[in-house]
Amino acid sequence: MPDLLLDIKGLETQFKTPDGIVHAVNGVSFGLKEGETLGVVGESGCGKSVTMLSVLGLIPSPPGKVVAGEAFFFGQDLLKMSKEEIRHVRGAQIGMVFQDPMTSLNPVLTIGRQLEEPLMLHIGMTKHQAQERAAELLTLVGIPNAKDRLNDYPHQYSGGMRQRVMIAMALSCSPQILIADEPTTALDVTIQAQIMELVKRLREELGMSIIWITHDLGVVAGIAHRVVVMYGGFIIEEASVNDLFANPSHPYTLGLLGSLPRVDEIEHGRLFSIDGQPPVLYQKPTACPFAPRCKWAMEKCWKENPMLEPISNEHRVACWVDTKTGRNR
Amino acid sequence: MSTQDTNETLLKVEDLKMHFPIYRGVLQRQAGAVHAVDGVSFEVKRGETLGLVGESGCGKSTTGRTILQLYKPTAGNVIFDGVDLVALKKEEMRKTRRKIQMIFQDPYASLNPRMTVADIVAEPMMVHNVGTGKEIQERVAHLLELVNLNPAFASRYPHEFSGGQRQRIGIARALALQPSFIVCDEPISALDVSIQAQVVNLLEDLQEQFNLTYLFIAHDLSMVRHISKRVAVMYLGVIMELADRDDLYHSPFHPYTQALLSAIPIPDPVADAKRRRVILEGDVPSPVNPPSGCRFRTRCPIAEKVCAESRPDFREVTPGHFVACHLVK
Repeated sequence: MPDLLLDIKGLETQFKTPDGIVHAVNGVSFGLKEGETLGVVGESGCGKSVTMLSVLGLIPSPPGKVVAGEAFFFGQDLLKMSKEEIRHVRGAQIGMVFQDPMTSLNPVLTIGRQLEEPLMLHIGMTKHQAQERAAELLTLVGIPNAKDRLNDYPHQYSGGMRQRVMIAMALSCSPQILIADEPTTALDVTIQAQIMELVKRLREELGMSIIWITHDLGVVAGIAHRVVVMYGGFIIEEASVNDLFANPSHPYTLGLLGSLPRVDEIEHGRLFSIDGQPPVLYQKPTACPFAPRCKWAMEKCWKENPMLEPISNEHRVACWVDTKTGRNR
Repeated sequence: MSTQDTNETLLKVEDLKMHFPIYRGVLQRQAGAVHAVDGVSFEVKRGETLGLVGESGCGKSTTGRTILQLYKPTAGNVIFDGVDLVALKKEEMRKTRRKIQMIFQDPYASLNPRMTVADIVAEPMMVHNVGTGKEIQERVAHLLELVNLNPAFASRYPHEFSGGQRQRIGIARALALQPSFIVCDEPISALDVSIQAQVVNLLEDLQEQFNLTYLFIAHDLSMVRHISKRVAVMYLGVIMELADRDDLYHSPFHPYTQALLSAIPIPDPVADAKRRRVILEGDVPSPVNPPSGCRFRTRCPIAEKVCAESRPDFREVTPGHFVACHLVK
């Protein structure tokens, strides 16, 4: 295997709730190669965000707890680090962008102040250096009159501009990895296109590796090199972006693609819908978590949870059924 | 009632304007107005679905609400089945509302958490005094079956249902008075991808069964293309382009429609890479002080001097294809 920048192995995260323990992430393993953009796709509650938050030590504990797993970053296990150590990795070496740019920014501090803080904290810049760098960063993400706009407050920025500020903040300490959790979901399509274009440009210029979490397969098709699809806290399919869209092999991936109308569609047939709804796992599943909604499900699917197995080079699927033939794999 | 398409106009909106006043100062003098809808005209034929798309803040939801007279329009006419709703008295309008219903965006906020499902679906019938208690009860059970919910769940409360199921409850409520026209205000944008297809398929089935007419408001252009017969594109309170679905998506005339369509991600990396993207600069201007002339000129890649001087007419360029742009010949 080529050198992995981030190597996650067997991650399991649980949450204690009044109704019982929710098994949010159930043994997730994947790696991020240098310079690549990895798309993590799934619906709400599939564990995609919790996986990344676990790796970064951002799971509120209690009620959450990372119960097993390793996450190697430059030879060090992020999950074994002390709070102080992981805090230094976060922000300095791994940058993050979240979905909602309004709640991620502090409304009573100026944009400049919020950009300068990590620079002084993590790299030890002086106030003056930090101010200059903050203006550079705003220019980098395409905000005009950057110097003047440093004194503005978040409410004076539009949604798209706030998300640009979040990206500038995540990039401020030149991280090796950028983790973007649904960064364009709250934005309009024309603004989403602007942000995706910006991230692609920065990826070239700065040579970052990116983990892009989203529920939108269209967005993934436009930005990722490789994709993992999650369901019920498991990775159920992993492939290069072209392979995934050309040969989707897990019934859930097939269902997701089928349920999307396309803006370039010609036929106006009925949409393919997946019956039922995503599971909340109060027990660690012993069967395939997708079996209740799967039209291919057979006896074995109800008894044993399939492992992620390769079906071709770099394409892995967790399913007992070969969806091309409908027979046992 | 026939189930096939007729050419009869059910709803005609003429030069509709909705300005929300802004009051300032101690004396609360009117200091300006939000030009949410600023001169919108279109027709909806019986049995068809008209899609109304645009980015957030473009006035699409306000248009829907103003048609239902939930806001008193500043100017313009809304002619429904030959009657001008704007001129109706309150009591007459209340009676007319039996024929015009609405499905809301947020399935969490639009259902009263203290009412059972049976009470929620029965409420419109109680308000309009339709039928005896027993008849209403039977009708509720029938309505729940129509939207594929188990009538045995009628005594449960909304929090016991998932987002998709709640949206079905909202649809059952909208159908309770056997309306002929339903304003669907972003009915699927709060739902997960695999659930969206379920709800859209249901809406299509019901339309066929009851010869319903929909105004389908959404920001998701792919879904609008799937469900609508004709599509209107709004920007900053004005309709920029209106045409037959395939016509609009194949040969959009307006530069805004072109940019909007090119910004939508396609779940297909090969097709996505081949597309020509028009990335719009900047953000949507404020509707308090909209640009002079053409509303889109500040972001338009081909704007000329004339665009700032006068507002373009909304004219028919090819049969059934309306555009508001000076530069389209």
